[in-house]
Amino acid sequence: MTNHWIDLRNSDCILVMGSNAAENHPISFKWVTKAMEKGAKLISVDPRFTRTSAKSDIYAPLRSGTDIAFLSGMIKYILENELYFEEYTTEYTNASFLINPDFKLPGDNDGVFSGLKGTQTKEGMINAKYDKSTWSFQKNADGTPKKDKTLKDPNCVFQLLKKHVARYTPEKVSAITGTPVEKLDKIYKAYAATGQSNKAGTIMYAMGWTQHTTGVQNIRTMSIIQLLLGNMGVAGGGVNALRGESNVQGSTDHCLLFHILPGYLKTPKASQSTFKAYNDKYTPKTNDPMSANWWSNYPKYSASLMRAHYGMNTTLEEAYNHTPKLDDGVNYSWLNIFDEMYKGKFTGFFAWGQNPTCSGANANKVREGLKRLKWMVNVNIFDNETGSFWNGPGMNPKEIDTEVFMLPCAASMEKEGSITNSGRWMQWRYKATNPPGKAMPDGEIISELYYKIKELYEKEGGKNPEAITKLSWDYGLKMPDGKIKHFDTHLVAKEINGYFLKDTTVKGKLYKKGTLVPSFAYLQADGSTSSGNWLYCNSYTEKGNMAARRGKSDPSGIGLYSNWSWCWPVNRRILYNRASVDKNGAPWAPEKPVIWWTGATKWKGDVPDGGWAPLSAGASSKYPFIMKPEGHAHIFGPGRADGPFPEHYEPLECPVENNLMSKQFVNPVIKRFDIKGIGSDMDKRATCDPKYPLVCTTYRVSEHWQTGVMTRWQPWLMELQPDMFVEMSRELAKNKGINNGDKVKVKSARGEVVAVAIVTGRFKPFNINGMTVHEVGIPWHYGWRFPNPQKKEMRSANLVTPNVGDPNTMIPESKAFMVDVVKGGTK
Amino acid sequence: MTQKIMLVDLSKCTACRSCQVACKSWNGLPAEITENRGSYQNPPDLSPTTYTLIRFQEIDDKENSIKWLFRNEKCFHCEDAGCMKVCPVPGCITRKPSGAIVLDSTKCIGCKYCYHACPFSIPRFDEASEKMYKCHMCHDRVDEGMIPACAKACPTGAIEFGDKAIMIKKAHARAKVLGGDANVYGDQFVGGTHVVYVLTEKPGIYDGLPEKPKVSAAIGLWKDVLKPLSMISILGGIGASFAYYLIKGPKRPKFDEGGDNNEQ
Repeated sequence: MTNHWIDLRNSDCILVMGSNAAENHPISFKWVTKAMEKGAKLISVDPRFTRTSAKSDIYAPLRSGTDIAFLSGMIKYILENELYFEEYTTEYTNASFLINPDFKLPGDNDGVFSGLKGTQTKEGMINAKYDKSTWSFQKNADGTPKKDKTLKDPNCVFQLLKKHVARYTPEKVSAITGTPVEKLDKIYKAYAATGQSNKAGTIMYAMGWTQHTTGVQNIRTMSIIQLLLGNMGVAGGGVNALRGESNVQGSTDHCLLFHILPGYLKTPKASQSTFKAYNDKYTPKTNDPMSANWWSNYPKYSASLMRAHYGMNTTLEEAYNHTPKLDDGVNYSWLNIFDEMYKGKFTGFFAWGQNPTCSGANANKVREGLKRLKWMVNVNIFDNETGSFWNGPGMNPKEIDTEVFMLPCAASMEKEGSITNSGRWMQWRYKATNPPGKAMPDGEIISELYYKIKELYEKEGGKNPEAITKLSWDYGLKMPDGKIKHFDTHLVAKEINGYFLKDTTVKGKLYKKGTLVPSFAYLQADGSTSSGNWLYCNSYTEKGNMAARRGKSDPSGIGLYSNWSWCWPVNRRILYNRASVDKNGAPWAPEKPVIWWTGATKWKGDVPDGGWAPLSAGASSKYPFIMKPEGHAHIFGPGRADGPFPEHYEPLECPVENNLMSKQFVNPVIKRFDIKGIGSDMDKRATCDPKYPLVCTTYRVSEHWQTGVMTRWQPWLMELQPDMFVEMSRELAKNKGINNGDKVKVKSARGEVVAVAIVTGRFKPFNINGMTVHEVGIPWHYGWRFPNPQKKEMRSANLVTPNVGDPNTMIPESKAFMVDVVKGGTK
Repeated sequence: MTQKIMLVDLSKCTACRSCQVACKSWNGLPAEITENRGSYQNPPDLSPTTYTLIRFQEIDDKENSIKWLFRNEKCFHCEDAGCMKVCPVPGCITRKPSGAIVLDSTKCIGCKYCYHACPFSIPRFDEASEKMYKCHMCHDRVDEGMIPACAKACPTGAIEFGDKAIMIKKAHARAKVLGGDANVYGDQFVGGTHVVYVLTEKPGIYDGLPEKPKVSAAIGLWKDVLKPLSMISILGGIGASFAYYLIKGPKRPKFDEGGDNNEQ
């Protein structure tokens, strides 16, 4: 979230799309309800009428996988009716930037942007890649971007966007999405009203937007809307991802994913042979003195990370050399890992705090992959479908050689530490009780593993042993054998914050060696400071553990609660808040100001996105979007793999034969596992196939969590939602002869799952370009291991989902694929 | 203690059912073994181990659209409490200063009069223990200055607990803000209830919610004339049978919930 949960109460219009917040983020509705009490409008856009829709002022259905068309229509509405926030758009975004005249839009280029190279098929290009050389800004002689602040130049971002979205007429959008034109109009009007300078609109999205082959571009489309309406940086605005797990924000910040190191630093590649080459590659440059270009600090953060990992006994260069690298051009994300596992390329696997046989797309492929391992370690609080996969439905234990080890770990209330919520609040939690039996906190398990692996490397050697043997491991009091006695989470938190490693004088003040660094502004590129994650520098200082703060006062009056816990970066509660004020530092919305310039030398309110004077100060000021090299928010975003603007493409599996927007059927740059020679025999695709005529989507319910490993063992929750179900319209049920409560099978090209039919008026057939299209939906919380292991029947939604991912993130397209539903299945 | 009211604003209820779980948690009630019958509503009905329940109901609305109604059901704690009037066991059903009607199951003889006398059909009979059970508005919490478990757990403020006058005022103000068919349900019958709804639809729309609940006149007869007589042991059995006969007649059929057949 650029904003935070409580801030939802400040909104004038809340769009819930790509999420179902009332059901899956129930507490969020405390704040949504408060906003509505003050007159805010709630809009729910979802293929199915949900518990969120039930509370909304306006509900509109849309076919899964068509969000870009829906939202591009909104951009067209905003631009053509001149409802955008002109000053904000012109001054704070790159709308005025001039683009390379050779750049081509999909409307003029067979549905793709200029520079695409790949294989031409009757569905358009596949397995393609963009040469982005035309996706560039025109530059002045001094290297700064050329601008036209009248926004009239045909090559400026604003005019290109206008031309691009002009193709998304309400009629065409309706034909793609199935949303009635009058509903589109009503929603566009309600949301565009937040373009007034003192109004704020917010978006609450989750996996309903990300889990598509156009996932990142779904969010990009909304980001463009938020920028045009001046909704970024303001109270009640922002782009707000509702994270699906209490600490998934924290784990992402600390490099859950393969391509990043802590604090969103890049994982080095094998070709980046020196620390300097690595830093040079990822340190952006600007010639504009008014651009803060915050990532110019990259070498300070990477050097401090090297120190946190390997301490003072190695040089920075040595530390960089020890750091494991990615092979160039190889993507190590989930779908690829399990593809390689299925192809027999792995020996062992740690399934740590996860349940891939239920959570992984195309779960049958995952289950087959596990069979090809020599060993697997399952670290969890309960046994699950992954740990017991060899004994699961359709498996013959006699034929499976995979040796499985179960390591029981402590649950969140059985250990001390922090979680970081969606609003970026790092909140310290205390231990309530001891873990049962031999269960240990994850940190202790990792520490034990570390010592054992280190011992083996020291004894037997291996490739790059220093990566492990040289690690600093100062997480507790050391015993005579050099090992720590107990893993101390406070020491981990302090390392994440970082230390001065030598006596250092900054701004005339001496910081002694060994003291905690006050904030990331003090981090150094020369190796004199450490920080395990620069974003968290300021979280645990000489003043104490900031995340443990419990101050309940709110001097801001807008619900920042700045003394409650701690928030990255530097306790800034609303990101890009310098965009919430005009050039003189006066808030656009004086009744709910985030920051304001006192007229002297200071900002008041939230921690500003940099303390420079407002823009009217000229050269001594900085543009508000400090993370971009040009200081301006990206309406034109050349960083993405699939286009600088969003364009509608159909999901890999869809009910229509043509993309109404162009000849390009699906996203051309996705990795097509279903193509021979790329994936495997288990990567099947069935689009426009009469055998699978129904659109299917997956979702969660309030009563369960993830694959249900924690919640299916809770009788009070199982009582509420006891079994796998599939929701369908009355019309579809009638066609199929299915009655409410019948057992049915949901089948895709990849597998089938038994479910109870819920026949409901909350799903309605779609009119897609004159054709009736039905959609069904299934939750993904069930499996077989509990509560009915004797049944040996897999009830996981992921048996039917496709393993194809977004080209930027590789998140699987679990939200739009094709199935059939037939009567049958056991009670 | 002043009289209390639990205000249930259905316009704010998202049916997360934390109230259901909190009730089970505070009261130590076991889970029921349920099955999906084609509905989110589970358990299907109130029971001796389920004192409060969210009822899910779909109704077709104009222009091919739909409404999904969520109603938190539990004992209304009536001021004119039929159950208390008919209960033949002294001290089994009593009123607390807050207004809560508390059924002491340890004293219950399982005669089920309370169920039949209840205009809302709330108390439930447990076959195993042969006793009745129902919501007691967490009188044990309220006596200690806490609010009932369901109100505490509610994330949206749909369930509030407070002084009677304040809550009634709040309910009417909220209904006025909501406009349309929104109305206050509870303060205008059975002497006023201690659970008051803000409904978004007219009362008749909700499954199982009587439009004009009232305590049968026969119960007055029983309480004022026959019950004192029944205290004379020899007449007790006859009197009880007579009252049972009198009040059981107008019992409405037990509604069935769930699925498409009923969630419309």
